[in-house]
Amino acid sequence: MSTFKRFLVNIGLFAGLMVAVAVWAAMPWIGAVVLGVLVLLWLALARSGRRTLSVTQVGLSTLRQRIGASSVIVIGIAGVVGVLVALLAMAEGFQSTLQRTGSDDTAIVLRGGSQAELNSVLSRDNVDVITQAAGVARDASGKPIASPEVVVVANLPKKSDRSIEANVQIRGVGDQAWKLRPNVRIVDGRRFKPGLRELVVGQGAQRQFAGLEVGRSLRLGGQEWTVVGTFVAHDSHDSELWGDVQTVASAYRRGSSVQSVTAKLTSPSAFDAFKAALSSDPRLKVDVSTTRTYFAKQSENLTRTLRIVGLVVGIIMAIGAVFGALNTMFAAVATRSREIATLRAIGFRSVPVVVSVMLETLLLAALGGIVGGLVTWLIFNGYTASTLGSNFSQVVFQFRVTPNLLWNGLKWALAIGLIGGLFPAVRAARLPVTTALRES
Amino acid sequence: MKYLHLIWAALFRRKTRTILTIVSIVAAFLLFGMLDSVRTAFETGSTSAVGARRLVTSSRYSIIQPLPQALQNRIAAIPGVRKVGYANWFGGIYQDPKNFVFSYAISPEYLDLYPEIELAPAQRKAFDATRTGAVVGRTLAKRYGWKIGDKIPLQSTIFPQKNGDKTWPMDIVGIFDVSKDAANGLDQALFFHWTYFNEANAYGQGTVGWYIDELSDPSQADQVANRIDALSANSPNETKTQTEQAFQASFAKQIGNIGLIVVGIMGAVFFTLVLLAGNTMAQAVRERTSELAVLKTIGFSRGSVLMMVLAEAVLLLVLGGLIGLGIAAALGPLVTKGSGGLVNLPSLGLSTWMTGMALMIVIGLLVGVLPALRGMRLNIVDALAGR
Repeated sequence: MSTFKRFLVNIGLFAGLMVAVAVWAAMPWIGAVVLGVLVLLWLALARSGRRTLSVTQVGLSTLRQRIGASSVIVIGIAGVVGVLVALLAMAEGFQSTLQRTGSDDTAIVLRGGSQAELNSVLSRDNVDVITQAAGVARDASGKPIASPEVVVVANLPKKSDRSIEANVQIRGVGDQAWKLRPNVRIVDGRRFKPGLRELVVGQGAQRQFAGLEVGRSLRLGGQEWTVVGTFVAHDSHDSELWGDVQTVASAYRRGSSVQSVTAKLTSPSAFDAFKAALSSDPRLKVDVSTTRTYFAKQSENLTRTLRIVGLVVGIIMAIGAVFGALNTMFAAVATRSREIATLRAIGFRSVPVVVSVMLETLLLAALGGIVGGLVTWLIFNGYTASTLGSNFSQVVFQFRVTPNLLWNGLKWALAIGLIGGLFPAVRAARLPVTTALRES
Repeated sequence: MKYLHLIWAALFRRKTRTILTIVSIVAAFLLFGMLDSVRTAFETGSTSAVGARRLVTSSRYSIIQPLPQALQNRIAAIPGVRKVGYANWFGGIYQDPKNFVFSYAISPEYLDLYPEIELAPAQRKAFDATRTGAVVGRTLAKRYGWKIGDKIPLQSTIFPQKNGDKTWPMDIVGIFDVSKDAANGLDQALFFHWTYFNEANAYGQGTVGWYIDELSDPSQADQVANRIDALSANSPNETKTQTEQAFQASFAKQIGNIGLIVVGIMGAVFFTLVLLAGNTMAQAVRERTSELAVLKTIGFSRGSVLMMVLAEAVLLLVLGGLIGLGIAAALGPLVTKGSGGLVNLPSLGLSTWMTGMALMIVIGLLVGVLPALRGMRLNIVDALAGR
């Protein structure tokens, strides 16, 4: 009967644990802070809390003798948190690079159903209709601030290894492009001159690809082009090469057609009118979106994939770490069984014993979480990488280890500690006092 | 081998500890199996013998630049080239932009160049005879419930028809299987006639995306590739010819250095594992000091004590590792099937198993060596006295 009862209790414990982990996962940071303060208050003020504190102190004072085994918990959890945070930081960085590229008061127009600029074609007539539409902002001289653009992809050798060729995106832009994207600044050299085979190079592209320094010339579409400047945009345009739209189009035999039109709107609220005007025009079959939605959508797939990979890898590693923690803490309880039995014999109840073992595990877990997060932050925050974007060319982005990610990592660490600490703690409380005292 | 029962008994002396450790090892090798098979799937294409015979000719400037279809006969005339086919990327979607279909417009020879595609002869005949016919991989057909005889509206994100319509009606005339050594994802492809595509396509008539050249002798790959590229040197359509494997690898490299990411993750995992299993082994030997002393007393040599502890550590790792790799091997096809091909987890290749085995043995020796040395150097008198 007693084994059956114990079995039921264990099942109950397990179910309670799952609920606790679920609640913990959903808890915002403010809830966690409140919880932490409550635990501290209990430890400091309540009688059972003070007893718990003293039992914990006894446990921690013997930690040095178990340093090897305890470091398994710390390093195991540091590994989980480190890998998880690094993968999520990659997703975060890619997403924020693309999201920064867009804004609510610029709109991009593509041929209907094309999804990415590379797939789209707009004829010259279409471009005129689009740039003259309602809602497009105009500059001082009354010209609409809109840029018809051509996007082509070229193979260039990578800087890291010249034998590897990767795709770089070349954007032919109209003369209003600089007004349209005021964040794009020339930091070296000058702008290209319309009609000449000149290019300005984004800083990210310059770092990734070989031979893009100012003054160098390169072969594109069978012709010689000169790099005349470097620009910084702090968004996905950093991965691009810019040239004059007509010159790029003719080099790639595109005739007078372009692929997209990006237009500045008089205000974000003008978007609906702009979209309505284009959709109702029988001459056009186009998709209109704000650049914010367009670029957010471009990052969706990869970001989601990275998040899922991060979670799957994180969960499997966490399972390993939980069992490592269980192992260590069971061993810790076993080596301290006499000590724990003595405490029980002189009148300590089981709650302080259970909580003290849990606290010890959580402390080690938190340490692991902090170490893992810190190492990842040191190595990967701002780390530059590039991948294939939806326009079939390299998008350069930087890893972003945000405070939110670090906090999530710590939450994972504590959850692992909670699961890994509970069962050993319960075993400690159940130790039969008499036999434990007699054991050598 | 005759000590196996002894080692086994020692390993399971403390069941809880051993099982907990094994679960951690299982988790580590499960992860290794999954990540490594994803990496190999990315980095290598078809592993078939035919795959080594195929070259890919694409535009020198970039993969999006089309090539003239007229090049086919000129490539075919080059000595060393047995057969030439070509294909065009179609960028198809089915019903919803989320349902992306890997679809290609292909020349008649194309299917002959890929013996990995196993299409029933009758269906092949039907394909050749149907202008708007299409053949699809079994996984793809299953995902959308397509059957032979179905008429499907496939949309292209890139190519509108001459009348401005983006929907291309196609007739499913065949469903193919792929052989084991086919490139990952081939069973999710859709092939239809390039002639149909070319007739109705609004832009870029007479152009193809890339050529597939079959060599008569794989060892001649470099020379033939140079000869093919020489055909169009200094023309507006310069080409770049490389082996299919190099072509695939350059693609994978553009997505990112997947190998490096996998190595990074597994480095963190195995470092922890060494620590964890090492700790378990150290505890196990410390506990058994007196038992090991007894073994030595009754005549076991120092060497055999060393070997027994090492064997115990390796056994621990191999046990956990094999279970882990086994789960990974079973999980891959299960996930692929369960998601209808949406998530494609490749099954474990031989190289993954071999690397995994090597890792188990190396890590086993690594975690066993210190406890084993300790066991070997035991002084019988001290150990028996509990000093």
